[in-house]
Amino acid sequence: MSNYTMHILICGGTGCISAESDIIADEFTKELARVGMTEEVQVLKTGCFGFCEKGPIVKVLPDSTFYVEVTPDDVEELVNEHVVKGRVVDRLLFIDPSSKETIEDSKHMDFYKKQQRVALRNCGFVDPHNIDEYIARDGYQALGQSILEMSQLEVIELMEDANLRGRGGGGFPAGLKWRFTYNNESDQKYVICNADEGDPGAFMDRSILEGDPHSVVEAMAICGYAIGADKGLVYIRAEYPLAIERLQLAIDSAREYGLLGDDIMGSGFNFDIEVKFGAGAFVCGEETALIHSMEGQRGEPTTKPPFPAESGFWGKPTCVNNVETLANVPVILLKGADWFKTIGTEKSPGTKVFALAGKINNVGLIEVPMGTTLREVIYDIGGGIKDGKEFKAVQTGGPSGGCLTAKDLDTPIDFDNLLEKGSMMGSGGMIVMDEDDCMPAVARFYLEFTQEESCGKCTPCRIGTTRLFELLDKITQGKGTMEDLELMKELSHVITDTSLCGLGQTASNPVLSTLDIFWDEYVAHVTDKKCPAGQCTALLEYKITDACTGCTLCTRVCPTDAIDGKLKELHVIDQEKCIKCGACMDRCKFKAIIRE
Amino acid sequence: MVHVWIDVNLRQLLENNVKGCNTMADIKLTIDGKVVEVPAGSTVLDAAKKLDIHIPTLCHLDLHDTKMVNKAASCRICVVEVEGRNNLAPSCATPVTEGMVVTTNSPRVLNARKVVLELMVSDHPKDCLICEQSGNCSLQYVSKKLGMREVRFEGKESTYKPDKSKSIVRDMDKCIMCRRCETMCNDVQSVGALSGINRGFDAVVSTAFEVDLSESVCTYCGQCVAVCPVGALTEAEQTNDIISALANPEKTVIIQTAPAVRAALGEEFGLEPGTLVTGKMVAALRELGFDYVFDTDFAADLTIMEESAELIDRLTRFLDGDKDVALPILTSCCPAWVNFFEGQFQDLLDIPSSAKSPQQMFGAIAKTYYAEKINVPRENLVVASVMPCLAKKYEADREELNQDVDMVISTRELAKLIKQANIDFNSLEDEEYDQPLGESTGAGVIFGTTGGVIEAATRTAYEKLTGESLEKVDFHELRGFEGVRAATVPVGDFDLNIGIAHGLGNARELLEEIRDGNPRNFHAIEIMACPGGCIGGGGQPYHGGDAEILKKRQAAIYTEDERKTIRKSHENPAIIELYENYLGEPMSPKAIELLHTAYEPKDRV
Repeated sequence: MSNYTMHILICGGTGCISAESDIIADEFTKELARVGMTEEVQVLKTGCFGFCEKGPIVKVLPDSTFYVEVTPDDVEELVNEHVVKGRVVDRLLFIDPSSKETIEDSKHMDFYKKQQRVALRNCGFVDPHNIDEYIARDGYQALGQSILEMSQLEVIELMEDANLRGRGGGGFPAGLKWRFTYNNESDQKYVICNADEGDPGAFMDRSILEGDPHSVVEAMAICGYAIGADKGLVYIRAEYPLAIERLQLAIDSAREYGLLGDDIMGSGFNFDIEVKFGAGAFVCGEETALIHSMEGQRGEPTTKPPFPAESGFWGKPTCVNNVETLANVPVILLKGADWFKTIGTEKSPGTKVFALAGKINNVGLIEVPMGTTLREVIYDIGGGIKDGKEFKAVQTGGPSGGCLTAKDLDTPIDFDNLLEKGSMMGSGGMIVMDEDDCMPAVARFYLEFTQEESCGKCTPCRIGTTRLFELLDKITQGKGTMEDLELMKELSHVITDTSLCGLGQTASNPVLSTLDIFWDEYVAHVTDKKCPAGQCTALLEYKITDACTGCTLCTRVCPTDAIDGKLKELHVIDQEKCIKCGACMDRCKFKAIIRE
Repeated sequence: MVHVWIDVNLRQLLENNVKGCNTMADIKLTIDGKVVEVPAGSTVLDAAKKLDIHIPTLCHLDLHDTKMVNKAASCRICVVEVEGRNNLAPSCATPVTEGMVVTTNSPRVLNARKVVLELMVSDHPKDCLICEQSGNCSLQYVSKKLGMREVRFEGKESTYKPDKSKSIVRDMDKCIMCRRCETMCNDVQSVGALSGINRGFDAVVSTAFEVDLSESVCTYCGQCVAVCPVGALTEAEQTNDIISALANPEKTVIIQTAPAVRAALGEEFGLEPGTLVTGKMVAALRELGFDYVFDTDFAADLTIMEESAELIDRLTRFLDGDKDVALPILTSCCPAWVNFFEGQFQDLLDIPSSAKSPQQMFGAIAKTYYAEKINVPRENLVVASVMPCLAKKYEADREELNQDVDMVISTRELAKLIKQANIDFNSLEDEEYDQPLGESTGAGVIFGTTGGVIEAATRTAYEKLTGESLEKVDFHELRGFEGVRAATVPVGDFDLNIGIAHGLGNARELLEEIRDGNPRNFHAIEIMACPGGCIGGGGQPYHGGDAEILKKRQAAIYTEDERKTIRKSHENPAIIELYENYLGEPMSPKAIELLHTAYEPKDRV
């Protein structure tokens, strides 16, 4: 890096790449050649910056100028102005929505101010293709320290002391898992990195693997040393081609540098990693299902015990950790358990990465200390609700989670608080909903997902989630009864109580949570046959009010000829024919058409 | 989904790790307030059984000696409450731990079971009136036991294309995903025809690419049918064909009964397992209207004549230094086994005996020798069989076997016919088989159990090879229930190495050993596809998960052998007469034409 005086960091996460960040990078290379500055200025494709709402992101170092929503057409100007003349291009800077001021350096943006990056520490800072950049930021030092200076048990004790809880959502202490696997003696043990991220809208693990794959590679080797395994496997969904490419490159370069393979750093410790692909089955995130899938079996869970720590991959003791969990490991080793425990809450130390989505101004990837309140996440970091609408609820934990409402806004987020509120941490999906979101429809959405993703092995999950979905469908169609609501509750509890694996055991959470918090909304669908949020098409009616001037415009756009009326006379909608497409309402110039 | 699961079993994980080592000690636990002690490794279900607490189950099945253990824990009917655990535990798959406190009948448990059952029934046809399994159905039984009177859930129901092969009918609309068939087909039989496919509500057990069984590697052993708790897998019914044939005045209808049928048929009439009902069965068949009632045991003796001649021929050539002689010789009387090696061991097609199975030898002799004898034209002679086996239905239909056997019913189907005809089976007087095809020896009857065929062959081969008379005909070293057995029998100064396997998974083990150069120098190997041999066939009365029944049937078979005055096939007078008057010598051109066959590789998925 020493030859360069300026670095242009371009987000190379999947989101920004789909918004042409690859082309932007090429344009920069081309433009820099044109002005003859390829020697002085380095172009780098990094991992995700997290601020996906305003991508593609281009950051210029050393002055830390943060450009948002850059297009390939902007590159010529950026090179001419910023690179050549040193003048910031104001029109591409972020404008703070409340103060309306432009902000040059990202660290002054509300989005970043309350964040603390531990797992994502290198994302957006290093070129994930280049192992030297990772090493320059203390990479592989933790591995060296472990295998050269610490005993296996010392590593495990440090991990236990740090109390890093599984970031996949279960919150099971990673150190304890390591100890169990260590305790089970065997000629062969395995470390598995679970990269089968499948919650709708979640992309934490993908971003880490795309932006900082070496942190995971290093952590797996440390885990391997601690538990006594010489083989690591990453189970990653094939739908993550970029993450796979960068991870494989990271493994190859680590091997080339002697950081994987035999006798690592002359310690006598051998460790290597193989990447295995999943076909994107949600249930394969469950560790026993994941292991069966890796063995070439049908991806479905088996009862525990035996736990993978006793009998996992090919029946050998296996330690399964999630990507984000592993990404935390090298820092903990380097900075110590005490440092780690200063972040977050007493029972949930550290940070958590969330994928912020839904009706929120700043959609993106964030990392905050445990104990940050929902209010801080939604209003300070997330920039509040889109279009000034009313906040209704936030769904955490994806299909396994539940909803939190305005009364929970000041709840500090950690594993236990979320569980207590009827939701769960999950892998970190956070979907914000406003007044226009119908909660029975939200529950229906999640159940549609789980019943499709159920492996179909046990009865309550295979048939139960389908019946639950059918009941929710009936309610959103306005055909439900009060008995159905009671039946849904009973069924939900039995599914939770009797399902074989976590998928089924948590599948009812979105239903139970919304039934609990938004009971009145369910009742409105059942007894009044109304959807208060105006989302359930079957329950909507379009009506023409006295404001109608009889201009006949609506009759011409109606695709089903449902509107009757003569010129300059009040028009009427035939409800039988109306398909509730809303075209008439959009077209009416007099706001005479209402939906209720 | 990323590992979002709350580990409900955290406590157990901890305990397991602490207690992992003392695996041999007994474990004390409390179930429904009663204390019980069971060996470590037992399940809660085992422990409850010891206390006479019968937790309902559907998917669970443990046939100890046959390696058939279905641990899917998928039906969730057997759930119980375990103190300290958040959710309910499947008692069939939850190991006991010291001090565990279990409740099997709390309102929470009872309600959960009922809802799970309701769910299952909500996706199950309610056509019990016309279902083959009605009366034997475990789902029906559990519904009754749990007092289910209504199904509150309605919605879509699974529909699949019915699959009717010659032997087995699959009606997967009725499948409850217990996975027993899959475990049997893969883990016990190693056939690999069935496996779970699709996800969610559409998940079902199927063949590869959902082809019909007839295009799959299925051997029709019928063991999947034997363990299916509902009516999803049943035999291809032929009782109506029997009734039509009996009703046709132009036809002479004869029937043969396989050795294992007599040791199991009584169970269908409430008799103790292992009760021999040979005489009553003959009487019932006569009453049903069969013109002649014959015994497959006769054909079994005939099989021994041919097979032992083949063995002696190969052995003699081998001892004379012929290095190319195909050894060991493998028995070929089991049709599922023939299907298995034609599909999966195509490189070994030259080693099985070319002798047809007893059923087919009977058919061939009946439609030639016997038809001539009684002067009935072949086309007017109907040959029916009662078999403990479903693969026999497919075998009878094999093109190269010339329709020598016209129809095959299972032991269960025969019981149905007898019940339909209002025959009071248990009060029937014993009757004798018709002659000459009803004459048999003890060697013929032991074909019904694992080890029997090779023992019968040894009795004959011994005398033929040594020229001496065999004083002690019981070869106890060849008997038993272990999946793979080996024994060396001195025949004169030659040591005859014999291998025995029952269950196709065990057969595979032995076959792979042969493929690897036959290190144990086997000269002859007997293979039976079903656990226990024919007594455990796919057409036998349902054992309902009680593996002891198979042993009782086996004992009955040996009793029948002991009761016979003649116990060596070559001493059967009817057989001697058949060779003298019709066939000439074993392996004569006539014998080869009628009694031997050839095998073809069958490529299926």
